[in-house]
Amino acid sequence: MAYSNQPLIKIEDLHYAYPRRGNVLNAVNFALYEGERVVINGDNGAGKTTLLHLIVGLKKAKRGQVFGFGQACHSEKEFNQLRAKAGLLFQDPDDQLFCPTVLEDVMFGPLNLGFNKQQAIDKSIKILKKLGMEGFESRITHQLSGGEKRMVTLATVLVMEPQVLILDEPTNALDEKAKARLLNVLLALPQAMIIISHDKLFSAQLATRNMNLENGFLTEQTNTGQQHKEVV
Amino acid sequence: MSQSLEHSLTSWSGQALKHKASWIDDIDARVRVVCSALFALVVVSSQFFTPTLLGLLCAFMLVKASKLNIKRTLRRVVAMDLFMLTLICVLPFTTPGDAIFTVMGLTASWQGLLHALLITVKANAVLLVLFSLVATMSASTLGHALAHLKVPDKLVHLLLFMVRYLDVISQEYKKMRRAMQARAFVLRTNRHTWKSIGYLFGMLLIRSVERAERISDAMKCRGFCGRYYLNDEMKIRSMDWVFAIVFLSFLILLIGLNINGLF
Repeated sequence: MAYSNQPLIKIEDLHYAYPRRGNVLNAVNFALYEGERVVINGDNGAGKTTLLHLIVGLKKAKRGQVFGFGQACHSEKEFNQLRAKAGLLFQDPDDQLFCPTVLEDVMFGPLNLGFNKQQAIDKSIKILKKLGMEGFESRITHQLSGGEKRMVTLATVLVMEPQVLILDEPTNALDEKAKARLLNVLLALPQAMIIISHDKLFSAQLATRNMNLENGFLTEQTNTGQQHKEVV
Repeated sequence: MSQSLEHSLTSWSGQALKHKASWIDDIDARVRVVCSALFALVVVSSQFFTPTLLGLLCAFMLVKASKLNIKRTLRRVVAMDLFMLTLICVLPFTTPGDAIFTVMGLTASWQGLLHALLITVKANAVLLVLFSLVATMSASTLGHALAHLKVPDKLVHLLLFMVRYLDVISQEYKKMRRAMQARAFVLRTNRHTWKSIGYLFGMLLIRSVERAERISDAMKCRGFCGRYYLNDEMKIRSMDWVFAIVFLSFLILLIGLNINGLF
């Protein structure tokens, strides 16, 4: 895999603390390069989701800096540009799907990016087709099954053509079949990814690099990753 | 109590009132909304029985035309008419006029009774027209129609989001409720029940707020900055014009009937 020298996303000395929980993140440094799929491991409540939300600027760091595609991000406007290129997939699909129909939901991103209605419809249909979700355009979002919801949320993110995908427990509450389908889709995607998953088998098949978040410190985790690969 | 609540939370999960397809469904949503609003205005401000009864007749015809499920419609109408019944009981005693009978020193008057009946007829007419014209469209169509009618964006979004998340919140409520039942919780009239139900609603509120925050985050992640796009085009066809003109002429007739000495 060809690593280019310029990191897509870089974090320097990031600190974050919740009011009554103490420091969640302590001087976290991290860089994501093209073609990488980084899996971040950690216990429940270790701050993995917090880290992802800090990267896309949904939470503001107490100290430290986020560089998105070479540019330092501070203001909402800068983060807004970062978010267009780094698509975040939420833990709960119901948080992400808020439009009545699937097509409207997938169109929401492109419309925000300034595409006109027809372009947005074309792009959405194309991406739904690519994910094997043809014919779901006019379905009602809250009536979909868990696996279908997950695929539609992936479509809503991919339709914005991000360079980085950030996945927060994508296999949450998916059955084996839906999981396998998601895995195949993700393996075929060219984007660099940051993944949080408690599903060891799933993450081992995706990961090119493993990291560990413990007591607020993010560390490289080389050997366990290899162990998993041997298992698989 | 929980029974009725569960019903009210789930019975309107963003879908139209169950009915068979009819020609009313083909009429443009905006025309239907405007017509029913005007109808309500005219009927409510009528002062005589002739125009209101005519309105009620028209409402019955629309209900028939829109092929509403009679059982479900009746259930809803009865719910309102129970409220109207209290009005019929109270109003004769509070309105002065010619006496019908006297109970414990209170006199019921003909004028009061007639007034109460008039209000009941008006309410039923408006409700039935709303059922047949507005409730037969899905809630999201209604939202879009309102947006096209230049109703403020914020109100339209409020409606659309409510439609989307009512179901999710009611699921959450039912989940918690079932969790309580699984631990042998039974509704009783005691302190423990009140406290537990209080916790339940408090938790529901907190979860809803947190979910709202996550949704807002998810929208920001997709580049949301205050503008919400609606994906549909509504076209008024000749059939819509015909319906609108017929309906409006009927309303003008009702207005005419309200003017003393015109007929």
